Amino acid sequence: MNKIRRMAGIVWILLGLAGGYYLIINQAIPKFESNNAEDIIPAIIYAFILTPIMVGGLLIFGKYALQGEYDNKA
Amino acid sequence: MHTNEKKSLSAIIAASSLGTLIEWYDFYIFGSLATIISTKFFPSGNPTAALLSTLATFAAGFVVRPFGALFFGRLGDLIGRKHTFLVTLVIMGLSTFLIGCVPSYNSIGFLAPVLVLLLRLLQGLALGGEYGGAATYVAEHSPVHQRGFYTSWIQTTATLGLFISLFVIIITKGSMNENSFNRWGWRVPFWISILMVIISVMIRMKMRESPVFAKAKSEGKTSKNPLKESFGHKLNFKFVLLALFGATMGQGVVWYTGQFYALSFIQNTLNIDITQGSKIIMLGLGFGTPFFLVFGALSDRIGRKWIMLAGMLVAVFSYRPIYSSMYDAGSLKNKQEIPAKMKIETSEALTGESIQRTTVTTKEYEDGTVFKESQKETIQAGGVKINPPMDVKMTKAVILDNSSFWKLVGLVFVQVIFVTMVYGPIAAFLVEMFPVKIRYTSMSLPYHIGNGIFGGLLPAIATFLAAKATQANEAATKAGTALPYDKPFLEGLWYPIIIAAVCFIIGALYINAKDKNAFD
Repeated sequence: MNKIRRMAGIVWILLGLAGGYYLIINQAIPKFESNNAEDIIPAIIYAFILTPIMVGGLLIFGKYALQGEYDNKA
Repeated sequence: MHTNEKKSLSAIIAASSLGTLIEWYDFYIFGSLATIISTKFFPSGNPTAALLSTLATFAAGFVVRPFGALFFGRLGDLIGRKHTFLVTLVIMGLSTFLIGCVPSYNSIGFLAPVLVLLLRLLQGLALGGEYGGAATYVAEHSPVHQRGFYTSWIQTTATLGLFISLFVIIITKGSMNENSFNRWGWRVPFWISILMVIISVMIRMKMRESPVFAKAKSEGKTSKNPLKESFGHKLNFKFVLLALFGATMGQGVVWYTGQFYALSFIQNTLNIDITQGSKIIMLGLGFGTPFFLVFGALSDRIGRKWIMLAGMLVAVFSYRPIYSSMYDAGSLKNKQEIPAKMKIETSEALTGESIQRTTVTTKEYEDGTVFKESQKETIQAGGVKINPPMDVKMTKAVILDNSSFWKLVGLVFVQVIFVTMVYGPIAAFLVEMFPVKIRYTSMSLPYHIGNGIFGGLLPAIATFLAAKATQANEAATKAGTALPYDKPFLEGLWYPIIIAAVCFIIGALYINAKDKNAFD
C-alpha cells in the first residue's frame, strides 16, 4: 500500500499542473481579456489565489507523497 | 461524566454554537439580500460600482477568510481561544449592524459602496477566525470518546445560520409591503444581528479558557510563532496539506452544492418563485440538520474518515441523477398547460413625467403549477412617448404545485444528508490532526481554503461550465448539427464531482484513521 501511496504522488503533481493550466487558460485569461469590470476580480482570484494554491499545494503534496512522508509506519 | 460536568459542557457548547451561528447568520444575510443590496449600493451600469460589488462578493468569501484564519488562528494559539473568538464575534456583529446603517448610493454617492465593501471585508476576516476557535474550544472541553458528537453542534451552525437568515428575511418581507421592504425593511435583518451578538457576547464573557490550552500555557508549552510552526515545518505542514486535499476541499464543494448551488438551480434554472425556492431550501435544511449530530456521534464509534469519505463518494455518483430529477420536477416542459386559463394583464404607472407599463402573463397548468411572466418597460420619459419602449425588464416566477414542491424538498434533503456526512465529523477530525499549541492556526487555514475557496468558487465555475454547454448547444442548433449536450444544465456539476472524487481518493489513500497527534 505504501508503494501505491508513493507512486500516486506523481499523479498529484500532474494533476496540480493540469489544474493550473485549466484555471489560467480557460478561466483567468478569458476573464482578463473580456474588458468587463465584473470579470477582473474573479480573474485575479483564479490567477493569483486559486492557481497557486492548487498548483503549489498539489506539487508539494505530491512531492511529500513520493518521499514517503505519508507512509503508514505501523 | 458527572451531572455538573455535563451541565457545564452543555453551557460551553451552547455559548460557542450560538456565537458561531450568529456569525454565519451575519455572513449569509448579505448573500441572501445581495440583489437588493446591489440596487442600493452598487448601481447597475456603473463600472466602478460593479467592481466594488464583485470585490464585496468574492473578496470577503475567498480572500479575506483565509487571512482571518491566519490572523485570528495565530492570536488564538498565542493568547488563548476564549478572548480570540470573543473578538471575532464583536467584529462580525458590529460590521453587520453597520451595513444595515450605511446610507444608500443615492444619498452619499461612492462612499456608500466603499463603506459596505470595507464592512463586508471585516465580516470575512471575523468569520475566518471564528470557526477554528469555536471548534477547538468545544473539542478541548469534550471527553475523548464524545468529541465528534459535541463538536458536531458547532457544525450545525453554518446550516442553521443560512436557515435563520432565510427565515428572518421571509418574516420581515411578510410583515410589510414590498415597497417598504425595498425602501428600508431590508435593513431589519442586519439590525437584528446586534441584539443576538450582545446576548452571545454576554454569555461568552462568562466562559473560562479552554482547560487544555490553559494547562499548556501554565507549563510554558504554547507556541512562540504558530505560523512558522504550522506552515514552516514539514512535520506539521504535510498534515495541513492532507487536511486540505484529503478532507476540506471535498467537504467544501459538497457543502456548497447541497445548499447554495441547489438554491441557485431552483431560482435561476427552474425560475421558481424566490419565496417558494427559499422555503424548499429551508425545509431541506431543517429536516437534514439533526443528521450533523447523528454523523458526529457515529464518528465517535466507527471513526471519522470513512463517514466523511462516504459522503463525498455518494455525492460524486448521485449529483447528476439528483439534479436531473430536480429539473424534471420543476421544469414547465413536463407540465400540461390549460390554455383557457391564460391571462394577460397590463397596467401603467405614472412617475413624474415617465410612464412605466407592466404586463403580467399568467399561465396555469393541470397539476396546479402557476407561471407568471412580468415585463416592465418605460413607454414615456420626459413627457415624450418612446417607441420601442426602453428599460425593458423581464422576470419569471414559477409557483409549483404541492407534489413537485415536496419532491424538490426531498431532493434537497438528500443533498443535505451528504453535507452532514462530510461536515458533521470534520471539526473533531481537524482538531485531532494538530497539536494543541498550533491547533487554532493549523486547522483554520485548510478549513477556510477548502470551504471558502474551493467551495466558494463553485457557483462561478459551475455557472461557467453550464453556460458553455448551453452555448455549444445553441451553436449546434444554428448549424443544424446534433446537440453535443443532452442536459446542458447538468454540466456545472462536473466541478464538485471532480473535486470531491479527487478528495475521496486522496483521503482514502493517505488519511490514517489511527494517526492522531497527541491531543492533550
